Amino acid sequence: MSETVAVIGFAQAANRPSAGTTSGVETLVPVFQEALQSAGLGRREVDFWCSGSSDYLAGRAFSFVNAVDAIGAFPPISESHVEMDAAWAFYEAYVKILAGEAETALVYGFGKSSAGLLRRVLALQLDPYVTAPLWPDSVSVAALQARLALDAGIVTERAMAEVAARSRADATTNPYAQVSGPADPEYLLAGPYVADPLRRHDCAPVSDGAAALVLAGGERARRHRERPAWITGVAHRIDPQGLGERDLTAVPSASAAAEAAGLPDDLDVAELHAPFTHQELLLRAALGLGDRVRINPSGGALCGNPMFSAGLARIGMAAEQVMTGRARKAAGHATSGPALQQNLICVLEAES
Amino acid sequence: MRRAAVLGTGQTHHRTRRTDVSMAGLCREAIDRALEDAGVDWPDIDAVVLGKAPDLFEGVMMPELFLADALGASGRPLLRVHTAGSVGGATAIVATSLVRAGVHRRVLAVAFEKQSESNAMWALSVQPPFTAPIGAGAGGYFAPHIRSYIRRSHAPGHIGALVAVKDRRNGALNPYAHLRQPDITVESVQASPMLWDPVRYDETCPSSDGACAVVIGDQEAAEASERPVAWIRATAMRTEPTFFAGKDHVNPRAGAEASHALWHAAGITDPFEQVDVAEIYVPFSWFEPMWLENLGFAEAGHGWKLTESGETRIGGRLPVNPSGGVLCSNPIGASGMLRFAEAAMQVMGRAGDHQVAGARTALGHAYGGGSQFFSMWVVSDTAPASA
Amino acid sequence: METVLAAPLEIGFDYTRSLGPVLGRFMTGLRDRRVLGSRTADGRIHVPPLEYDPVTHAPVTELVDVQPTGTVVSWTWTDRPLDGQPLDRPFGWALIRLDGADTALLHAVDAGSRDRMHTGMRVHIRWSSSPHGHIRDIECFAPGETAAAPAESGGDPVTIMTTPIRLAYTHTTSPEEGRYLRELAEGRLLGQRCPVCRKVYVPPRVCPADGVPTEEEVAVSEHGTVTTFCVVNVPFAGQRLEPPYVVAQILLDGADMPIPHLILGLPADEVRMGMRVAAVWRDRAEWTTSPTNIAHFLPTGEPDAPYESYEDHL
Repeated sequence: MSETVAVIGFAQAANRPSAGTTSGVETLVPVFQEALQSAGLGRREVDFWCSGSSDYLAGRAFSFVNAVDAIGAFPPISESHVEMDAAWAFYEAYVKILAGEAETALVYGFGKSSAGLLRRVLALQLDPYVTAPLWPDSVSVAALQARLALDAGIVTERAMAEVAARSRADATTNPYAQVSGPADPEYLLAGPYVADPLRRHDCAPVSDGAAALVLAGGERARRHRERPAWITGVAHRIDPQGLGERDLTAVPSASAAAEAAGLPDDLDVAELHAPFTHQELLLRAALGLGDRVRINPSGGALCGNPMFSAGLARIGMAAEQVMTGRARKAAGHATSGPALQQNLICVLEAES
Repeated sequence: MRRAAVLGTGQTHHRTRRTDVSMAGLCREAIDRALEDAGVDWPDIDAVVLGKAPDLFEGVMMPELFLADALGASGRPLLRVHTAGSVGGATAIVATSLVRAGVHRRVLAVAFEKQSESNAMWALSVQPPFTAPIGAGAGGYFAPHIRSYIRRSHAPGHIGALVAVKDRRNGALNPYAHLRQPDITVESVQASPMLWDPVRYDETCPSSDGACAVVIGDQEAAEASERPVAWIRATAMRTEPTFFAGKDHVNPRAGAEASHALWHAAGITDPFEQVDVAEIYVPFSWFEPMWLENLGFAEAGHGWKLTESGETRIGGRLPVNPSGGVLCSNPIGASGMLRFAEAAMQVMGRAGDHQVAGARTALGHAYGGGSQFFSMWVVSDTAPASA
Repeated sequence: METVLAAPLEIGFDYTRSLGPVLGRFMTGLRDRRVLGSRTADGRIHVPPLEYDPVTHAPVTELVDVQPTGTVVSWTWTDRPLDGQPLDRPFGWALIRLDGADTALLHAVDAGSRDRMHTGMRVHIRWSSSPHGHIRDIECFAPGETAAAPAESGGDPVTIMTTPIRLAYTHTTSPEEGRYLRELAEGRLLGQRCPVCRKVYVPPRVCPADGVPTEEEVAVSEHGTVTTFCVVNVPFAGQRLEPPYVVAQILLDGADMPIPHLILGLPADEVRMGMRVAAVWRDRAEWTTSPTNIAHFLPTGEPDAPYESYEDHL
């Protein structure tokens, strides 16, 4: 049994408006190879594989089944799948290693967000009796949340534009980002609303992509990587969905997950999965992240949001900060569901 | 490794259409029974794991999101597992790992399918462009492999009917079963329509609405239980691709390797002698002999002889599916967990009229996709020796 | 690099949702132009109703009437409505707390223009002209206080609601599959060999056993052997052929994995394992980048292949 688990490798596909097959197989093959290479691990040395994806992204049942082909799963492998962002597959794999049921694991997420009209497809995440039959799109749902935060004085449109400008500027050094470049908040604020009070820059782009992350238990991690990113805490929680039931400006599930994960006060970096600018501001408040914490050096989901791998990618990029020595303590965050309903926090440190 | 045990199980009455309940109501019917059976209340539950097959069946993307509150998951961790037909078993295994890892004391695992919201055959036959429209339906996928089994094993043609008669009569002993047919005979099965030759109507599973739930606890929770628990001696999952050159559809290597790993971890050297009862995922009757071989209960090509000699009946040396199995109830996403739960019920002595006398060690088994995803566990009435 | 092939994939089904006691009463109320909220143990009234109390976890049993008028708690504006949304002209989405309720309902507001929308605005329900027990019996909300009175009770309790779900996707192939399909449009079957295990796949793909793309192109015969099959006698949803018909696994000469296809042109009970068959192509004029260029397979009349020649492909 391993008392400690670390991230020892990570790779991702470039986030693009339209790329790859609906099945994701061809996209995953090089991502697996790169992730395993970065971990110094052979394909056959992976004890457990776990993935996250969604049938509704591909428009067909059992869409994840094809993706197993990319592994080369014969002789057979130990494998599982969550119908969630792969950050939760990461959690399942972490638990397997902790339980002593595996020493190493490869976690992956994939999805072709552009195959359907994403914001309309996501309406099917809402209550199927009283809400989904109206087809409220995901951008409008986020806009209702943003309005509440604006009305409550928690955020301003200016602060939201600054989040977008900072993210795009940071993304210029991220070769995987879909959106990047210098942007002046004033210029951004002059743009039209797409869903009042959200403008184009407030919303993540629709991105196709994939990501893979390699985990290993204590001794194994040290053997494969000089500087593993040790997982010192990971937890997730969910809030009730009802958009008119919960306080959309607080994110209690994020706060509870951070507390359970032991999010430290002296964090260097946080990669937050905030597909909308106001959500980054809400999350910073919910997680108690001060100005000292560097937020989303990758540019974050606002610069590339491949559904079902973007959360895992946040953990992977936070881990890279630690593995490369740029950060001593980093946090990766993932969200799922409408208006930040479900949240996961992972704390990664250079010392176990 | 830390010990884990099933503290309680619950399931719904399975029917073609449970039009009396919503999706939340269906899940809660199983959950409330499981909590009561386990003798625990909501504050005792640390996390919820939900399993379900394709979201297209209910037309809800990730239904656990809207169900979070009704499942009692709000403010708690909630995981959603989807590993095709094996998902019910995989869900129970994920919950077991959470306990074995020492992350939680008690985890609620629930699986459901509300097939009557749509039509599974429709959902499974959505035809992507650029593929050949070879519509064969669910039975049409497996029937050719059953033909291969018959050819390979030289099994007599009535074996499928024998399984159907046994399971449907067993189902008549199970108050929750969808199909309960105490008067079914080999002759009546053989007179039923040939749907996917060589598979007859009475040899196929029904389409059901239903749910199942189990509460899994750690050693302290198990020892605190006032009722017998089912100790989880071992779990195993294996996957192989749907199609590849050299795939054995009759005796898939993923299933064989999963069972080897399972028996090894459970310290079982002769499964046929050491296992008292098996709940095996048999959606078409011929899969009973096929899986008996795949699981190591019989040599390859000889599984049908156990069926034919009556050893898989209640009262035989290895009763298989005393609950009636998938042939009597098939709420797809929950079917695997029902196998796992029924195995636990047997060793807890709480299987009612379909109780196998003296059952102390039981197998729960599920598979899915194109015979490629396998999940299984062994449960016993006594705690495993090593912790 | 060759461009990939893409084509539309549309899925649609009218889902039938059984409602259970709480949602059933709520939908029955809407049909009768009444809005019901559920009262939880803490006294709060929830619209839309909760089926289970979030604190006690007990089933909610008490439903009470609330007003058809309410206040906008939050809103946004949609200039270009999407398929299926309540209005086909620009409208506002709003979270609306109905008078008498403690929680807010999401619905559309027919405000005409964005300028009329504001937090705190008063709105009322505009009822559908043909209510039948569905959330869309509320056609939308409109600014102001006036609302139609409840109708007479409209008959039996509502237990089921039907919800159509229609989605349009673009399905995209891999470059390898695209090349296979383009060859198919020329009447040729293209396979590819895995560089690791040397097995030949039709269509080309990532080798599922080795996890690497197949590379070396191999021409594959349109003749093959039936490894196994079933006779489909049963009608089912989504079916495209009239039963009975034979679906077989066919191992094409030169390939290492069988493909599923139809065996037509002879009585179903004459199809055998080991039977030699050949592809029957549609008229050349109908050929496209699609496997449907091959209509079905037909026996060649050759002697059956011995069992040993295909037993490892079952």
